[in-house]
Amino acid sequence: MARARRLRAFVILFAFWLVFSGYFDPLHVGLGVLCSALVAVFSHDLLFPYPPSSHTARTMWRLAAFIPWLIWQVIGANLHVVYLVFRPSQIRPRVIRFRTKLTHDSSKLLFGNSITLTPGTVTMDIEEDEFFVHAISDKAANDTLSGDMEHRVAHVFSETLGTGSQPSAGEE
Amino acid sequence: MTIVSMVLVAAGVFLLLTGALGLIRFPDFYSRMHAAGKCDTLGSLLILTGLASYQGFDLAAVKLLVVAVFIFITSPTATHAIARAAHRNEIPAWTAEDDA
Repeated sequence: MARARRLRAFVILFAFWLVFSGYFDPLHVGLGVLCSALVAVFSHDLLFPYPPSSHTARTMWRLAAFIPWLIWQVIGANLHVVYLVFRPSQIRPRVIRFRTKLTHDSSKLLFGNSITLTPGTVTMDIEEDEFFVHAISDKAANDTLSGDMEHRVAHVFSETLGTGSQPSAGEE
Repeated sequence: MTIVSMVLVAAGVFLLLTGALGLIRFPDFYSRMHAAGKCDTLGSLLILTGLASYQGFDLAAVKLLVVAVFIFITSPTATHAIARAAHRNEIPAWTAEDDA
């Protein structure tokens, strides 16, 4: 298994090398192979901290499907912030606090980063399963609290949230 | 193709400008962070894709898109780090009631 992970790390690193170097003569490609191999041998466990499970491939696919949806959200919510910039009297900033049912670190990371990416909300802190989110308007706060994004993130990582999981809100 | 990239770059510049405006107009640290951190992400993303489509499909365009992907990952992380530092230092958040 470790060998497969080393090989995958090598392939990824070498692809980046080719894109960034832009030289395809034997010297530069050879140096690239050498460097990628060295880095892959010594630090493949940084790139793949967990051994791949049967879920890994499915997670990757679902992640790929999640990203276009996220970009769409980012664009829509960005227009909302643009509107607020020209109507600053409309902003109602506040800190919302809620518990998430997500359990894995990587799903919390994706959820937190997605919240921060969609304009109007920034993840301030995550303590265990408690999220502190700063929202700039009612609409932004409600979008996060609706739980839609949380469910999509859970789906990516094949987590079950249980029924009726609305993030339980509390104002600070 | 030139028109597509012009539209993308123009939209990106508009978003960066809005971000700068928001930075001045919003009332407190956290709401300013929204303007600075978000408009900049999508703004620079649009400019980079605009430049990439102007370039046509070659190595430079791929590099531009890779830069865009990295900005998409690092920018929210940096915004979150700043917000967390502010939260842990107990910088108060402005609310509409403060003005009333």
